Amino acid sequence: MNKNPFADDTIVALATPQGSGAIAVIRLSGKNCIKLVDTVFCNTYKPDKHLSQAKGYTLHYGEIAEDQTVLDEVIVSVFKAPHSYTGEDGIEISCHGSTFIQQQIILLLVRQGARLANPGEFTLRAFLNGKIDLSQAEAVADLIASNSSTSHQVAMQQMRGGFSNKIKILRDNLVNFASLIELELDFGEEDVEFADRNDLKKLILSIQNIVQRLVHSFEIGNVIKNGIPVAIVGKPNTGKSTLLNVLLEEERAIVSEIPGTTRDTIEDEITIEGILFRFIDTAGIRHTTDTIEAMGVTRTWEKMRQSSIVMYVFDVHEITPKELSITVGEIRETLGGSSLLLVGNKIDKEDILYTQREFKDFQDIIFISAKEHLYIEDLRSKLVALFDSKAVNVSETIVTNARHVQALQHTNSALTKVFEGLNNNLSGDLLSIEIRGALEHLGEITGEVTSDTLLENIFSRFCIGK
Amino acid sequence: MFSEYDVIVVGAGHAGCEAAAAAANLGSKVMLVTMNMQTIAQMSCNPAMGGIAKGQIVREIDALGGYSGIVSDRSAIQFRMLNKSKGAAMWSPRTQNDRTLFAQEWRQMLENTPNVDFFQDMVKGLLIEEGRCCGIVTGLGIKIRSKAVVLTNGTFLNGIIHIGEKQFGGGRTGEKSSTGITEQLVSLGMEGGRMKTGTPPRIDGRSLDYSKMEIQTGDETPGKFSFSGKTKPLTTQLPCYVAYTNDSVHDLLRTGFEKSPMFSGRIKGLGPRYCPSIEDKITRFAERTRHQLFVEPEGWNTVEIYLNGFSTSLDERTQYEALKKIPGFEKCKMFRPGYAIEYDYFPPQQLQLTLEAKAIPNLYLAGQINGTTGYEEAACQGLMAGINAHLKITESDPFILGRSEAYIGVLIDDLVTKGTDEPYRMFTSRAEYRILLRQDNADIRLTPRAFDLGLAKKEQMERVEKKLKGTCEIIQYFKSESISPEEINPTLEILGSAPINQKVKMFGVLTRPDITILDFASDNPVFKDYILKYEMETIEEAEILMKYEGYIVKEHEVAEKILRLENIRLGTDFQYSQLTSLSNEAREKLSKVQPMTIGQAARISGISPSDISILMVYLGR
Repeated sequence: MNKNPFADDTIVALATPQGSGAIAVIRLSGKNCIKLVDTVFCNTYKPDKHLSQAKGYTLHYGEIAEDQTVLDEVIVSVFKAPHSYTGEDGIEISCHGSTFIQQQIILLLVRQGARLANPGEFTLRAFLNGKIDLSQAEAVADLIASNSSTSHQVAMQQMRGGFSNKIKILRDNLVNFASLIELELDFGEEDVEFADRNDLKKLILSIQNIVQRLVHSFEIGNVIKNGIPVAIVGKPNTGKSTLLNVLLEEERAIVSEIPGTTRDTIEDEITIEGILFRFIDTAGIRHTTDTIEAMGVTRTWEKMRQSSIVMYVFDVHEITPKELSITVGEIRETLGGSSLLLVGNKIDKEDILYTQREFKDFQDIIFISAKEHLYIEDLRSKLVALFDSKAVNVSETIVTNARHVQALQHTNSALTKVFEGLNNNLSGDLLSIEIRGALEHLGEITGEVTSDTLLENIFSRFCIGK
Repeated sequence: MFSEYDVIVVGAGHAGCEAAAAAANLGSKVMLVTMNMQTIAQMSCNPAMGGIAKGQIVREIDALGGYSGIVSDRSAIQFRMLNKSKGAAMWSPRTQNDRTLFAQEWRQMLENTPNVDFFQDMVKGLLIEEGRCCGIVTGLGIKIRSKAVVLTNGTFLNGIIHIGEKQFGGGRTGEKSSTGITEQLVSLGMEGGRMKTGTPPRIDGRSLDYSKMEIQTGDETPGKFSFSGKTKPLTTQLPCYVAYTNDSVHDLLRTGFEKSPMFSGRIKGLGPRYCPSIEDKITRFAERTRHQLFVEPEGWNTVEIYLNGFSTSLDERTQYEALKKIPGFEKCKMFRPGYAIEYDYFPPQQLQLTLEAKAIPNLYLAGQINGTTGYEEAACQGLMAGINAHLKITESDPFILGRSEAYIGVLIDDLVTKGTDEPYRMFTSRAEYRILLRQDNADIRLTPRAFDLGLAKKEQMERVEKKLKGTCEIIQYFKSESISPEEINPTLEILGSAPINQKVKMFGVLTRPDITILDFASDNPVFKDYILKYEMETIEEAEILMKYEGYIVKEHEVAEKILRLENIRLGTDFQYSQLTSLSNEAREKLSKVQPMTIGQAARISGISPSDISILMVYLGR
């Protein structure tokens, strides 16, 4: 973190609007940004040519990769100081528009040493480097003024559930800890009992526990934001695509009588009782000689592992309870933490009681007829019930903002240093540097930063990367 | 009777003495006016200098060419380096002093300083012409003209002493208070306030049974405050003792609460939370069954004892009876009771960073009048006020120390920028760069600056240069020379550190905890010969710099980045009221404090980062 508006470290942010589009632009600025991108970029036509050697205003086609894994094919634009928006060296990466790819590239750049830009930070740098004139700047000042009074509240509103409360407790714990250290330093001569080092270690661990849970909740939060993934799996031609269409209430998947029509996974989202579900239709699971279809099957297993809920669809006329039991066993082995919901399709209305008796030994089973739209409501309710009962509990404290996660991660690593320091008998003056660092990182979320706080978020009114 | 002076200093305590010496040493013709020539540099409270954070300040004063370090060394009866078990940045020198000798040494130093005249009288008013301060009026009605005045009135302005239900005017026990100045400053537009502090009873040491107390001796190898060669470490020292209160002491003290000025509300001023009276302690920390007391001798040749930790304004009878319940004090005789004192101060946000009053040009305020507590805090303000008064009248640039340069810089910036409601005392935690602000490097940090001013002598500067050169050589040696297992392993074994398997750079071994430079000399005569060419101070400096290298580099980087904010000047004529984008609170506070730089503005409480952004936008920067 850097609160100094004169910082020249490398900042990164998405320059195009959030969400999926045809392409997206990721922007970096800072004196080392070109070198930083060089570490992950490989020019397709001239693999030996580095961006550092490139002239300003040039475009470079190549791949962004981490180790051997290619993330995307991209076009990189190089800007040389002072001929850039910010007046510093700059890079713009045009990548494909999927949210996933954008995130992966930004996270990779952060791992390479870039920092997520503060809101308006590109504009701030442009201003400090004399790229914006005073008349523009005065308008900027008014905007800051009209916005700043609410910005903190907005930040707090972004926190879901008990997040802000937990952060406050966290902060108080940290302040207590810092005070204990300062007490030893400034009042070492007085008759006060100093905290036992082991107690301090315990305190750090308990604080870290909360921090890590909050960071973890970001993943859960993302799941909720992006939809609860539900994989629809089953043998070929059990009516998975039909079911998906019914759920989506539109003709999305190609439906045919030929088994194996769905060769790739198809995704779509639907909101049921306010909860966003992302359904993933998969190729049927069967042993096959068709190479393309085999790839589809492999992908299905992958999708299942990534889902929160796996919906196993079977044809009630084609399977015996014994066979189902074996299949369920197989699926459960690969499931990990996700829930399994059994859907018996193609029931006849008249036979439902018989079918229910036949499969009575299975829990979490629903009988429907996708084609006849029978009992689809039951299925929907069951999905909601499963979500509510799962670990993904919306009332649990959830961090939803990537910046907050970054601040928490910085807090956590500062605390790790404190812990190591305690183990190595590091002197209090040095311990205090790390603990103050942790407090400052946390202050990025709470807004309550202490006396040595300096400037942050000039022009916070502005969108990132503008 | 008097010709015009350059600088008149009012008050001859720690602040006044330093102010007079500094201005005079810079070449100003100085008049030091005090109500009593016999009490120049009187230690009104405890007979000690330095301590945590305060010891660093004394070192800084010394490095800048002030006298407090030399005087403290010469009058010391005990020296201790506090916090020695903590990191080097926390080491804090402290001396126990002979109260009489301390005052004598100061007076002698001042008498030997050319350009300092003395006059004994109360100052009852200032001469103001065209809004500027140009002299003083004394109690006898004498007008003395000067180009600048430094006020260091301490606790004397409308001072009221409280002992139980009794209260009387006074600036210190047995001394009159001073009147007139507050009223005049207020009429000139300054805002005044009231503060409170206290002091413990003094005891006859012959009446104490020391066998019932813990002894506390000075360091085996005592150090000193002054970097100069003008003082020597102590060869003999006097011990202090530690005693404890108990429940029966507390019960007895409580019987006096009814008549206590603190609890009856007769005292209006706010006292220091960091130096509470004994009655405060037993009220606020009722669960504690004992409180620590330090039994400190007042000097080499006196039986008088200062009972540190027993500051009180209860009635003298209760004080005496409670004292007798302290183990070792059963037969104690009291020389004089403790008391509380209330006095006027002027909220320091009314000052510039030079300590000049914003409302009254050429008037400087230093010490307790600015709401601080402590000799060291007062002395350093006096020094800075004296320097800046001289610089102003000679039309030179002001001398301001940054927060990353000195505790003195932190102190003055805090006072002027944030103000203070209770007596302000320095703590190391107030400094954001305390790894840089160490007692060992105060000379390296500040002497070159004082030398540029003309306050530090050439000889002092040469000592710093020699220390710096030696330090660099030693560091170079450790980074380039290797050491073999035979040369160091026996020592490592003794110290409980892992042995080395092959030749390694000495630097690598030194960065291990608990290994010192001198440890390398134990089994290595060649190195021993080499290292002992250097003075201990130089060796210690090199060791600290090497052990702390990573942290020091990091702190310097942060400090330098923030320095850029300190370099954006705002000036006192900035029209905040016209910046409508700023919040009302920000406009009001900025107009009041009139920060000199963006960095200072950012530290004002209630000024948000967005206010700063707006300021920067209007500065076009």
